[in-house]
Amino acid sequence: MQILTINGAEHRIDAPPEMPLLWAIRDLVGLKGTKYGCGIAQCGACTLLINGLPQRSCVLPLSATVGRAITTIEGLDDRVGQAVKSAWAELAVPQCGYCQSGQVMAATGLLSRNPSPTDAEIADQMAGNICRCCTYHRVKQAVRRAADALA
Amino acid sequence: MSTRILNLSRREFLAAGVRAGVGLTLGLSLPGVARVAETPSGQSGTLAPPVFAPNAFVRIGADDRVAVIAKHLEMGQGAHTGMATLVAEELDARWPQIEILAAPADAKRYNNLFWGPAQGTGGSTAIANAFEQMRKAGATARAMLVQAAARAWTVPEQEIEVSEGLLRHSASQRQATFGELAAAAAALPVPDEIALKAPAQFKLIGQDLERKDLWPKIDGTAVFTQDVERPGMLVAVVAHPPRFGAKVRSFDPVETLKQPGVRQVVSIPSGIAVLGDHYWAAELGRRALKVDWDERAAMVEGSAEISAQYRRRLEQPGVAARAEGDPDTLLARAARVVRADYAFPFLAHAAMEPMNCVIERRGEGGVELWYGAQVQTADQAAVARTLGLEPTQVRINTLFAGGSFGRRANPASDYVVEAAEILKAIEGRSPVKLVWSREDDMRAGWFRPAYMHRMEAVLGEDGLPVAWRNRIVGQSIAAGTAFESLLVEEGVDATSVEGAANLPYDIPNLKVELQTTELPVPIQWWRSVGSTHTGYATETFIDALAREAGRDPVAYRRALLAKHPRHLGVLALAVKHSQWGQPIAANRGRGVAVHESFNSYVAMVAEVTLEEGGRYRVDLVDVAVDCGIAVNPDIIRAQMEGGLGFGLSALLADEITIEAGAVVQSNFSGYRVLRANQMPQVRVHIVPSAESPTGVGEPATPVIGPAVANALAAITGRLYSQLPVRTA
Ligand code: FES
Ligand code: FES
Repeated sequence: MQILTINGAEHRIDAPPEMPLLWAIRDLVGLKGTKYGCGIAQCGACTLLINGLPQRSCVLPLSATVGRAITTIEGLDDRVGQAVKSAWAELAVPQCGYCQSGQVMAATGLLSRNPSPTDAEIADQMAGNICRCCTYHRVKQAVRRAADALA
Repeated sequence: MSTRILNLSRREFLAAGVRAGVGLTLGLSLPGVARVAETPSGQSGTLAPPVFAPNAFVRIGADDRVAVIAKHLEMGQGAHTGMATLVAEELDARWPQIEILAAPADAKRYNNLFWGPAQGTGGSTAIANAFEQMRKAGATARAMLVQAAARAWTVPEQEIEVSEGLLRHSASQRQATFGELAAAAAALPVPDEIALKAPAQFKLIGQDLERKDLWPKIDGTAVFTQDVERPGMLVAVVAHPPRFGAKVRSFDPVETLKQPGVRQVVSIPSGIAVLGDHYWAAELGRRALKVDWDERAAMVEGSAEISAQYRRRLEQPGVAARAEGDPDTLLARAARVVRADYAFPFLAHAAMEPMNCVIERRGEGGVELWYGAQVQTADQAAVARTLGLEPTQVRINTLFAGGSFGRRANPASDYVVEAAEILKAIEGRSPVKLVWSREDDMRAGWFRPAYMHRMEAVLGEDGLPVAWRNRIVGQSIAAGTAFESLLVEEGVDATSVEGAANLPYDIPNLKVELQTTELPVPIQWWRSVGSTHTGYATETFIDALAREAGRDPVAYRRALLAKHPRHLGVLALAVKHSQWGQPIAANRGRGVAVHESFNSYVAMVAEVTLEEGGRYRVDLVDVAVDCGIAVNPDIIRAQMEGGLGFGLSALLADEITIEAGAVVQSNFSGYRVLRANQMPQVRVHIVPSAESPTGVGEPATPVIGPAVANALAAITGRLYSQLPVRTA
């Protein structure tokens, strides 16, 4: 039995400690906003925040997250997260949408640590999140827009 | 306020219980509104009754909400918003009062008008085929609402104005909402003839209306197949053969069944399915499975052998897809022939959501499915065949697709049939969610076929081509599928030669030949289909001819496009906004390309920097598109950006290789795709037009590759004929 703190609420999970956080959150807790795209930390679809830092939940064993604050897209409501979501809407970033919660979480993590990134920093940091619809042009603009709004 | 209620929001999905989402309610009774009962699945279920349902596409509730029933799959391209815009335009509705429901599978009511009696989305046809149909649906509803108001107020219909969701009679100062008139309108006969607006009267068409799926796709509430839960559902993963053509000889499930959460292991035609309480349990079970594969009939060759075979076949003439004049003689006699051989690899679609499908048995004997269905009619038939049902017993609930790029329009309904086979193997005892891992998705095949082209030309004294021969070698996508009769004529699969056989350049002696090959590698359409390779070969080769002639690539194309005003139009627009002809640093170059696909015309000017060590970076792309009337300019811009990104990925990185019948790549570690730091700045310019709208999902994809390769060629003088072009 593991106790996870997700979006401020405690969840008791009966699962082996090596189970990836992604599948525990999706299939056992039932929060479906965090997506599976590759399972090997290559695509960023499963990005969520752990103690405010973006992490790939597909390769993170449950045991490594006990006692830490997990934030998923469903619980993203801090100032930075709000600014990111607004910028995403203003620029109409999503197409199919499947990668987008991961993109939003990665952008929030980026701006939480680095409130005024350069364009190159935005491009490099967001390069961890694949979007096969290739919404990258707007992703980069939206991160910039959110950074400006927060400044 | 109401815009998200029906849009497959997860909260509603979960809360809805048996309703389980949008468009899924059956037999909901809506007292007093007889016509709604005709709808197969009562999609208007969440509107307040009585509901006005004048046709298959529009539902107006007493609560003044308007539901548009979208017959096309939303896979990112904006089809839902597009359908709703067309209806709302003629209805004169307020955009916020519009909601979208996915249509049930029903080829009679929801067929693609370009495909005959088949429901499906593809070939960039959504807006094009539905442009009139959706507007008529909206206009019909509007006319009936007007008539109802005229009767209620005893005033002439002509004196009633409709605007932003309100009907008004100014003289008597009366007004009503759609919802207030819904019941009265529902009692009126549906008019046969209906007038549509002239383009000058459009209020919503041409505006950057907010996508209806915008917020659910930002806040994580949009429901994809992966997210569907059904009571008692098991998650299935399948151990697939490692090589194309291999089969299961025997398997040992003992270790698998010891895994906590694993419920069942069954043999199906495509492999061994492991069913578990959730994905991770099933996946661990699969890892513990021992399968002995029978590889006697397995594919033995790999990409290297295929290339060698194709190279040999390039030497042989093929079946003529187009023949004008006598290029063979001119080529044989010319003192100088410009020649290039091109090679294009297999490509995976690699949509971010790997293939998946939910299926369950229904009480009355049929089955019900939830997934991002792209060709509902074909899938319905395939599932019916698999399970011994009538197609009408197969209910499909079309969800958002997390990308497709053609993959979900599988000619064999592969992953859908696999889900049905699993349901059959467990005798329908529980709902099944088939989930493919990224590895399953990438190794399943159904790739963009590998192709080779031989391009040859002879230039005349003025430097313009007098002879052009384009020989194409590759597999046929349509052969052996339900699409064969539609697409293959006299041995030529139209999808193999599109973009080459209709070369727009005016060349007196011209031949396009096709050699169709056969391989055990399953293949299918990939965003922009034939143009993925023909656009590249033709547009880089014409550039090579311009270089040979010492002419400016834009001027050279113009000289050959006199009969093609729409090509010329986009070319001029892209060039005008670019810095074409201006000085540029020695390590930087500009390249141009223009190509028509799916009746939309796209030109691009790309600026590229060649870096130390031969790496290159695409800095800026000016895109001009002529897709007729621009229904939603922002969605068009988004599709140009995304479509060119998808094509740029294929230029820079994408490549599937096969060794001894097995796919080498299995995930994004080996199959490299475009990432944010490789995406150029993009400026999209839309040609103003009053022509009927054409598609935008695909036409940008084939143009970026040649534009960038031509920019590289402007720096280095080389022709880049092997894809991907990883380094210069
Ligand atoms: S699913 Fe975790 S990085 Fe791709
Ligand atoms: S929006 Fe489709 S994968 Fe990113």
